[in-house]
Amino acid sequence: MKLTGAQALIKSLEMENTEVMFGLPGGAILPVYDPLIDSSIRHILVRHEQGAGHMAEGYAHATGRPGVAMVTSGPAATNIVTPLCDAYMDSIPLVVITGQVPYSVIGTDAFQECDTVGITMPITKHNWLITDAQDIPRVVREAFHVATTGRPGPVVVDVPKDIAMQEMDWYWPEAIDLPGYQPTTEGHPKQIKEAARLMGEAKRPIIYAGGGILKARAAAALRELAEMTGFPVVTTLMARGAFPDDHELCLGMPGMHGNYTAVTAMQESDLLIALGSRFDDRVTGKLDGFAPEAKIIHVDIDPAELGKVRRPDVALLGDCRLVIEEMIKAVRADQDKKSKKSGSRWPSIEKWRNHLRDYQERYPLVYEQFDDGPLKPQFCIDQLGALSPDDTIVASGVGQHQMWTSQRWTFNHPYTWINSGGLGTMGFAVPAAIGAKVGMPERTVWAVDGDGCFQMTAQELVTASAERIPVKIAILNNAYLGMVRQWQEMFYQERYSEVYLSPDLPDYVKWSEAMGCVGFRVDSPEDVGPTIEKANEIDDRPVVIDFRTDYREKVFPMVAAGTSNSDVIIDPDTERLRGK
Amino acid sequence: MNGELAPKHHILAVLVENKFGVLTRVSGLFARRGFNIVSLAVSPTEDENYSRMTIVVDADSAPLEQVTKQLNKLIPVIKIQELSPDQAVERELMLVTVKSSSEVRSQITELAAIFEARIEDVGYDAITILVAGRPEKLDAMSDLLAPFGIVEIQRTGLIALPKLGRRPARLRAVKDQPS
Repeated sequence: MKLTGAQALIKSLEMENTEVMFGLPGGAILPVYDPLIDSSIRHILVRHEQGAGHMAEGYAHATGRPGVAMVTSGPAATNIVTPLCDAYMDSIPLVVITGQVPYSVIGTDAFQECDTVGITMPITKHNWLITDAQDIPRVVREAFHVATTGRPGPVVVDVPKDIAMQEMDWYWPEAIDLPGYQPTTEGHPKQIKEAARLMGEAKRPIIYAGGGILKARAAAALRELAEMTGFPVVTTLMARGAFPDDHELCLGMPGMHGNYTAVTAMQESDLLIALGSRFDDRVTGKLDGFAPEAKIIHVDIDPAELGKVRRPDVALLGDCRLVIEEMIKAVRADQDKKSKKSGSRWPSIEKWRNHLRDYQERYPLVYEQFDDGPLKPQFCIDQLGALSPDDTIVASGVGQHQMWTSQRWTFNHPYTWINSGGLGTMGFAVPAAIGAKVGMPERTVWAVDGDGCFQMTAQELVTASAERIPVKIAILNNAYLGMVRQWQEMFYQERYSEVYLSPDLPDYVKWSEAMGCVGFRVDSPEDVGPTIEKANEIDDRPVVIDFRTDYREKVFPMVAAGTSNSDVIIDPDTERLRGK
Repeated sequence: MNGELAPKHHILAVLVENKFGVLTRVSGLFARRGFNIVSLAVSPTEDENYSRMTIVVDADSAPLEQVTKQLNKLIPVIKIQELSPDQAVERELMLVTVKSSSEVRSQITELAAIFEARIEDVGYDAITILVAGRPEKLDAMSDLLAPFGIVEIQRTGLIALPKLGRRPARLRAVKDQPS
């Protein structure tokens, strides 16, 4: 069967079960948009290519399937660089198709030419420039394989215009031949046994669960491991929801803005079981002061993560789910062996658990909402959580609102929290929420956004209105670049440099309405609940709530940059507000 | 150029797919991770689908391990061997053009003979010499030629293969080995 390169590309995407793609056409990609008309693939026309990338990320986060985006050459390709880097940092499977100027004129500085493969090389797992239409099915197959296996990540397929118009003989490759790419998925049995032995000896163990748990679909395995050992679990920013927040073993989020108990439990631990986590600097604080007495068991699918930051005592290369399942067996065997020998299974860690419970009581997250006072962002988030369905998907941007949401939301299900962890991309929330809603249309999807973030990508609400994607956006509008303001207040002697944004420029309600959304404004605490309820009832268009929040509110606890986690700063009002 | 290898130098023999852009991927990775490549030699292997890169890096072992692991993640990288200097046959090639009036020509050819170098080209007032050997030998040669006046120098960078006859103690194929 003779096809054009463009037809072969679309057919290959169909063969990979692509149900939806996000994109925006232009000169070099024109030939590929033509056969799209006849395809089963749903295409969502974005307003900016960055939106396409983040939507694909949100889709991938929520569904576990690779996100697909397609844009043209030159400026379109550079516009999607941010989402590619974001997906690279957070290990999100993404397949991005970019148009390219005709192969015959590459290197001549042709109109809208840019070296997409060169630019995206350091921020993709791999990328391809197609030089022959006959290669298209093979490359697409390889692209999906690379994006979704091993440590997932973004890939780029760059398609020159003349190649898209070239004829080829259709085929679908039976097998993938990538001799340089063979991820190890099964853990080493000896190492697994050694891990179980260390776990059996630990007096102050902590399971340090990272985003890899979610990538590996290992949440159920993690729960089983935690429950059979009784080991407390911290869930990193990328792993919120990987272990239920309402579980008695859950300590919540560690790190720079983690809660006191999670941060301190890691510091005092004698065994950290790192599962799909990567000892990010935002988690460890000053590295040489991090968890000084802890032995480390480190499980990761990426060999380069093992020993990158902290040398593990037991390094376990493999897929988190498969390794944890083997760990469970090894733990059971070790416990049985010890109970036969000495009558009891493993030494009790009840003392450690009580110690941590005491921390939880003494150092809770606090804030105070006065009835007639300014609106507190934490109050808005709490109300949002309380009044929305239990399995609501929450997306966020980057900054104070992100930290408050991650801290306060009770995540009881995996794949309900979508944020930009590694790259810290402001403007992520709106398009990511749209992508998540496309992938999970039955679920309620809220984006909690900051006013600074919202202004970066808000135009995608036009996409959402046009495509009938009813996402809900809560802007915590404190009229500032809040996190920067917080740092300037705490570390730059309150010298506020370029952080003021104004609460009513733009007018968020009018702007939202202009984009086809329903817009609400909330200034006072008593209007928070009723407005959220109204928003939750709207299901035929996007909704935006402009919460006017108190700009003075800061995120606590906080480990200041460059300091040790032992020097975590708690909210100065903790004692007064405890139990309130 | 000073060819003297620092004591902590490492030789990586990297087998890669013979495709365009692979050199950029490999060298870019070194740059991104903050490593300076001392020398780099690339050529196709006996199988034209693959190329072998011999990369000399000046680095401590621990950070080098990170680079090796990152390198291994590149899809076109098939295999990496770290060759310790005492377990490898290392050679480098140098072409050097040196000023040579008729009065000093015999001194230069004598020097060349000592170094088992070959005269590749002779001009009116210059001479081009080819010398092969370990980097130290090439350094010595260029030092001794310097007083005559070196016009141009070109070195290939180190190429290396594991020594035969016994299993090299530090020879490791990273890709074959988990963690």
